[in-house]
Amino acid sequence: MSARSQAHSAGRGGDGGTRDVVQTHSGHRGLQMEEPLIFEMGSPGRTGVDLPPVTTTTGKLGGLQRRGEIGLPALSEPQVVRHYVRLSQKNYAIDSGLYPLGSCTMKHNPRLNEKIARLPGFSDVHPLQPQSTVQGALELIDTVAHWLKTLTGLPAIAMSPAAGAHGELCGMMTIRSAHEARGNARKRILVPDSAHGTNPATAVLCGYAVDPVPSLPNGRIDLAALKAKLDDDVAGIMLTNPNTCGLFENEIIEVAEAVHAVGAYFYCDGANFNAIVGKVRPGDLGIDIMHLNLHKTFSTPHGGGGPGSGPVVMTAELAPYAPLPYVVAGPDGFRLIETPADQEAAGDGGHAYGRMKSFHGQMGMFVRALAYMMSHGADGLRQVAEDAVLNANYVLARLEDVMTPAYPGPCMHEVLFDDTFLKDTGVTTLDFAKAMIDEGFHPMTVYFPLIVHGAMLTEPTESESKESMDVFIDTLRALAADAKAGNAARFAGAPYLAPRRRLDETRAARNPRLRWTPEAPAEAAE
Amino acid sequence: MRYLPHTAQDRRAMLQTIGVNSVDDLFVDVPRSAVLAKPVDLPDHAGELAVERTLSKMAARNVAAGTVPFFVGGGAYRHHVPAAVDHLIQRSEFLTAYTPYQPEISQGTLQVLFEFQTQVALLTGMEVANASMYDGATACAEAVLMANRLTRRRRAVLSGGLHPQYRAVVETQSRFLDGEIVAAAPDATGEEDLLALIDDETACVVVQNPTFFGHLHDLRKLAEVCHANGALLVVAVTETVSLGAVTSPGAMGADIVVGEGQSLGNALNFGGPYLGLFATREKFVRQMPGRLCGETVDADGRRGFVLTLSTREQHIRREKATSNICTNSGLCSLAFTIHLSLLGEDGFRQLAALNHARACEAAARLAQIPGVSVLNNSFFNEFTVRLPRAAAGVVDTLAERGVLAGIPVSRLLPAAGLDDLMLVAATETTTEEDVAAFGDALAEVLR
Repeated sequence: MSARSQAHSAGRGGDGGTRDVVQTHSGHRGLQMEEPLIFEMGSPGRTGVDLPPVTTTTGKLGGLQRRGEIGLPALSEPQVVRHYVRLSQKNYAIDSGLYPLGSCTMKHNPRLNEKIARLPGFSDVHPLQPQSTVQGALELIDTVAHWLKTLTGLPAIAMSPAAGAHGELCGMMTIRSAHEARGNARKRILVPDSAHGTNPATAVLCGYAVDPVPSLPNGRIDLAALKAKLDDDVAGIMLTNPNTCGLFENEIIEVAEAVHAVGAYFYCDGANFNAIVGKVRPGDLGIDIMHLNLHKTFSTPHGGGGPGSGPVVMTAELAPYAPLPYVVAGPDGFRLIETPADQEAAGDGGHAYGRMKSFHGQMGMFVRALAYMMSHGADGLRQVAEDAVLNANYVLARLEDVMTPAYPGPCMHEVLFDDTFLKDTGVTTLDFAKAMIDEGFHPMTVYFPLIVHGAMLTEPTESESKESMDVFIDTLRALAADAKAGNAARFAGAPYLAPRRRLDETRAARNPRLRWTPEAPAEAAE
Repeated sequence: MRYLPHTAQDRRAMLQTIGVNSVDDLFVDVPRSAVLAKPVDLPDHAGELAVERTLSKMAARNVAAGTVPFFVGGGAYRHHVPAAVDHLIQRSEFLTAYTPYQPEISQGTLQVLFEFQTQVALLTGMEVANASMYDGATACAEAVLMANRLTRRRRAVLSGGLHPQYRAVVETQSRFLDGEIVAAAPDATGEEDLLALIDDETACVVVQNPTFFGHLHDLRKLAEVCHANGALLVVAVTETVSLGAVTSPGAMGADIVVGEGQSLGNALNFGGPYLGLFATREKFVRQMPGRLCGETVDADGRRGFVLTLSTREQHIRREKATSNICTNSGLCSLAFTIHLSLLGEDGFRQLAALNHARACEAAARLAQIPGVSVLNNSFFNEFTVRLPRAAAGVVDTLAERGVLAGIPVSRLLPAAGLDDLMLVAATETTTEEDVAAFGDALAEVLR
């Protein structure tokens, strides 16, 4: 409560804020530690490791010994541990609070998954060991594949893509290969204007032109506009469903029929699969191919920006074009098909377009996702989707009188607000988001999707209890009231109480400093 | 269910607030025919103990590298990771945060990225590095695309010393953008000469150092010829630890350095997740793919860090972006940064020296076996041996005897006529006993 009142008085008092009332000598403020860069902390002679002496002297480096200092700082283990613990304390995280970052599905990350991923039988296994020594690992990949295929109702899968955008790339390459096999790669990919930026960027990486499709006032794709664009130059459509407005594309079956009628393929961006997992199978909707973000729906940790994992499920028709490698089960156990030669020898009719990455995919993420899926089971995954949708609609219902939903409900797993409720208050979506930081919440996704003005895309996920959402909702209601009461300064200066106030992004871009350099050269670069 | 907080009463109360009778009323936009009436055909939920039992059994069906004499490398290396690394990366604040979109409450992740970028630049001898790619192979493919953009050309020359899977990923990506690839034949002996393949249509030359077969090359002459022809030199490093012993690519004239960072901080994990490194010259930074963290100040004038130069990226530039990459390898880069911080200058140098020494010992032992020859005049911690018969069968036989010997080259390069070659890697985790066991077992198998 005191933090709340401080923030308020800070706003009224102007830019300084009450955090300046007590000046400390150390620069630290209670538990908030100022921490230098590791490069500013070293002292030659210290070490954080004890390695045995090197006795052999027969160098075979061919005269290429590295000379001169690399420039790495020297620290002891306690110094390194404290440094990174202090840095960690400057981060917001799911484990510390509600993290409603829309379309990112910031759900709880069970620690069982971390424990199992660290079993030496999974973590201490090399991707190029003889296959007889990794039968359990191949079985695990095959089992994850089975779950994902069953949940999506699509019969084939490419496991290797490393993240969602990489899965999109795999999907587009698969589609293009299928068209090429019929003699015409075609030219265009249709992408709704509400799409995530990775969609158009991916289509271009596959040599396609992007043809945007407008959305309707109800937030869904404009089916008539889509049909008007469809011809035999269209290779496919990339559609997110539920879409980035948090809405289910209610004409999806008509979309699929129209796309298929011109011989094009239906790619679904599966970023929002959490809304329908266990409840709706994308294969039943006419979707041909789709990536799944294991770090979203299946709870592998987001890790500050990865690693992700983006397996791609697809129809039997597209399956022969999927990339290498893949796992096959045979009478003698599981086997990896890794090279075109393997594929030819297997004689399974496949003609892979190539390879997405080295080795066999994000195994560490597969283990975690399987632990998650087994823990929930078919019944629990269905409950996940229902609770995720329930939570978003609860937020919508309790905020629709004070904030402005971009579209009427019901929504799916996330609710989209626009900035109409902030009109004439002098408060922007960004200001509102920064004020949420002072209140102890990570803001929602802001200014995305682009088709809604001042967008605030809010995804509570199924991990949140009613109690935690009530605190969140009450806070947003109070902030909306503050904005309407004309307390714009309280927002414009926010955040006051975070480890840092608002950061100067223009300065960072205009005069990029992308690494530490010892003293003088940094000044010279200015 | 332990991960789902709602009670039946909570759900009823919430539905009432929403003003609907059942949760299915919230799925009204889904075509009726597509809503499943009952759960899919998969097992029901299970407790921790049950899940752990099942998956532990699966894990037990794999031979963990640490349980046997182990010499497998080929772009993934088994190193000792200090205990503090895994503890720190499991801090909730690192593990369960996402991309630092809100920098005021993400300074932990951002400062780590800034430290990571600095470390990668220092190791590679380059001016700037990005905040990571998926892995070394995808970083390599992105480097080729970047070189095409910078030179406005479309031909890449690939060394026969490039990891075959890196080559495959480069070829796959290039094929979809009408890139032209000139790939030299696999270079098992380290004698290839790429100079004749470079002309004024070459966008870049991609080499690996040490090569896939372990050879070390002085790249200065190659860099000169590239630059004289207006082409860029891309250098791939699949073993980061080598940079503690071997002259950096930057010092030899590289324009783009890509690498696999798994060796520092990250376990083998059966091939992923790994960590793509990407470094280049400052003047090329606006054509660079991937996220970048930069230094700035906050409203109170205090130093802070933000994601920057994002007009290169897909979320701003959409179809005109330099890459489609979004989520990268955040937590893997954190592990890398902490491990390298623990090592420090001397520790990293010594780690590299140890790796080289262990590999020298292994090479010397194997070379004593009748019929076995080491092909390398130079190497870091991995080298190629020629066996008197096909390597694949030998490796399988040794695995049955409890030795994970190395990689038969034919596994990655089938039909290249290199069936009698085996890659052998050693690291600081390799013991004298391991080398002796490997040597004795190989000698017996070949007898």
